[in-house]
Amino acid sequence: MRSRSAAIAAASVLAALAASGCAPQQTAGSTSGTSGTASSAARPGGSCTADALATKAKGKLTVGTDTPAYAPWFQDDDPANGKGYESAVAYAVAQKLGFAKGDVVWQKVAFNNAFAPGAKTFDFDVNQVSINEDRRKAVDLSSGYYDVRQTLIALKDSKAAKATSLADLKGAKLGAQVGTTSLDVINDLIKPDQQPSVFQKNDLAKAALKNGQVDAIVVDLPTAFYITGAEVTEAEVVGQFETPAGAAKEQFGLVLDKDSALTSCVSQAVDALREDGTLAAIEKQWLSDAAGAPVLK
Amino acid sequence: MYRPSQRRIERERYKRSRTRRATAVATLSTVLTLAVLFLVVTGSPGWPRTKETFFDAEYARQALPLVLDGLWLNLRLLLVCGAVTLVLGLLLAVTRTLRGPAFFPLRALATAYVDFFRGLPLIICLLAVIFGVPALRLQGVPTDPVVLGGTALVLTYSAYMAEVFRAGIESVHPSQRAAARSLGLSTAQTMRFVVLPQAVRRVVPPLLNDLVSLQKDTGLVSIAGAVDAVYAAQILSSKTFNYTPYVVAGLVFVVLTIPMTRFTDWVTARMNRRQSQGGTV
Repeated sequence: MRSRSAAIAAASVLAALAASGCAPQQTAGSTSGTSGTASSAARPGGSCTADALATKAKGKLTVGTDTPAYAPWFQDDDPANGKGYESAVAYAVAQKLGFAKGDVVWQKVAFNNAFAPGAKTFDFDVNQVSINEDRRKAVDLSSGYYDVRQTLIALKDSKAAKATSLADLKGAKLGAQVGTTSLDVINDLIKPDQQPSVFQKNDLAKAALKNGQVDAIVVDLPTAFYITGAEVTEAEVVGQFETPAGAAKEQFGLVLDKDSALTSCVSQAVDALREDGTLAAIEKQWLSDAAGAPVLK
Repeated sequence: MYRPSQRRIERERYKRSRTRRATAVATLSTVLTLAVLFLVVTGSPGWPRTKETFFDAEYARQALPLVLDGLWLNLRLLLVCGAVTLVLGLLLAVTRTLRGPAFFPLRALATAYVDFFRGLPLIICLLAVIFGVPALRLQGVPTDPVVLGGTALVLTYSAYMAEVFRAGIESVHPSQRAAARSLGLSTAQTMRFVVLPQAVRRVVPPLLNDLVSLQKDTGLVSIAGAVDAVYAAQILSSKTFNYTPYVVAGLVFVVLTIPMTRFTDWVTARMNRRQSQGGTV
């Protein structure tokens, strides 16, 4: 029966050929070079202009964000209307790179897909992604476009609402959204006695807060003002947290594919927007002023 | 004094040689297949990136203690919910198979319950129980998400188990019932001493199947914020943008399921031995 084992061997070889026939994906716009260095698209003194940039679609800028798109970062769950902080920032960056408003294409990208390996479906993704070193190993992140402060919200009549220090929160049942620095604040700064509740979406965190299943939740400041102002009006902002001394300031960054040719241009655009005051103006327009919240130490 | 004939010895030798040859061919083809798979995977252009993202030793080291912490929640839920669903499922099945017109409302209720909770997607059941029940603001009703989540699991899985038990009860031949009744056993006694022992024995494998399924679904309780093994992995993954914690959690679950599967096989084998007392024909 030699012919049978020969057939098996032949089949294996065929399988190998078929598998190697799965052509590797062409990753458009990715160049082998370390991120952040000047690449072919952005030579020193070269141009970060719409026609020189190797975007997903020629002459278009594809921007990703999660759905639903939450206020105050977006308005009416429609990222393309230019309303809301992140929508406005995305259009400002696009403008800096020389794209007209009509050349910006929005793409639905779930939070978890924004950092999945493999070809990306966007040029950059804007989704309140905090910058940290671990994440930089998986994706490129632009310069920070927003300085984040974390705050605590609780129902007005609860014990947690009377907290004036971190120590007052030790015994509380706290909650935060998965993948956020809010969760790190609970684990690293407050270090409560009970394990915190971790929610997939802020909607679930809000429901648990209303039901009294958690005493308080930690969210970033604009979200806190939006929740207490519009969604859970029986809750209030208790206070905000300081970045621990020596820790890097927390910032949101735009997500790009690892080693994307656009990273340096997008970062330059964000930096320019910060310098000329555009970011501050957009923040004033869309995000509540944070002066009112006392600091919990 | 029996001595195998020359022909028999010859035949056995030939059989042994065939077996050896088959083993050798199987080994060779397995090695070849694995080698080809290995080369295809590690030779793919994205492999270095994939390796970093899914198989990073450092992140695995960070993830393991967190995942094992979470696993404790899975195991507690499995033990409690598993026991409750078995009892409740059996009760439902017995209720559905009650005879006599007086029991009609009970039968109808049990049938309605099973139909509803078997059809209701588990995730919706969990959401409704975990976030809906506390919203009622009733005194004395628990708001602990783990208790509520466990309740939702019991609701769904007892309906599954009820169907399995019912299939077992109905598979017992009517002659068994008739024989028991003719010996003077009451309906209840017939059920208790004749029908149920045979019925349960027949459906042990599908029951254990449901238990393994329940073991994996215990993780869905994390929708309420409780941290189980898979969720612990997700928390670390979304912090670091690295998928290794998921791989660790997946392997932990597989390792947990293997003893369960072996146990199922052993139970089945033992049952078969018992049913064919006196040896197979």
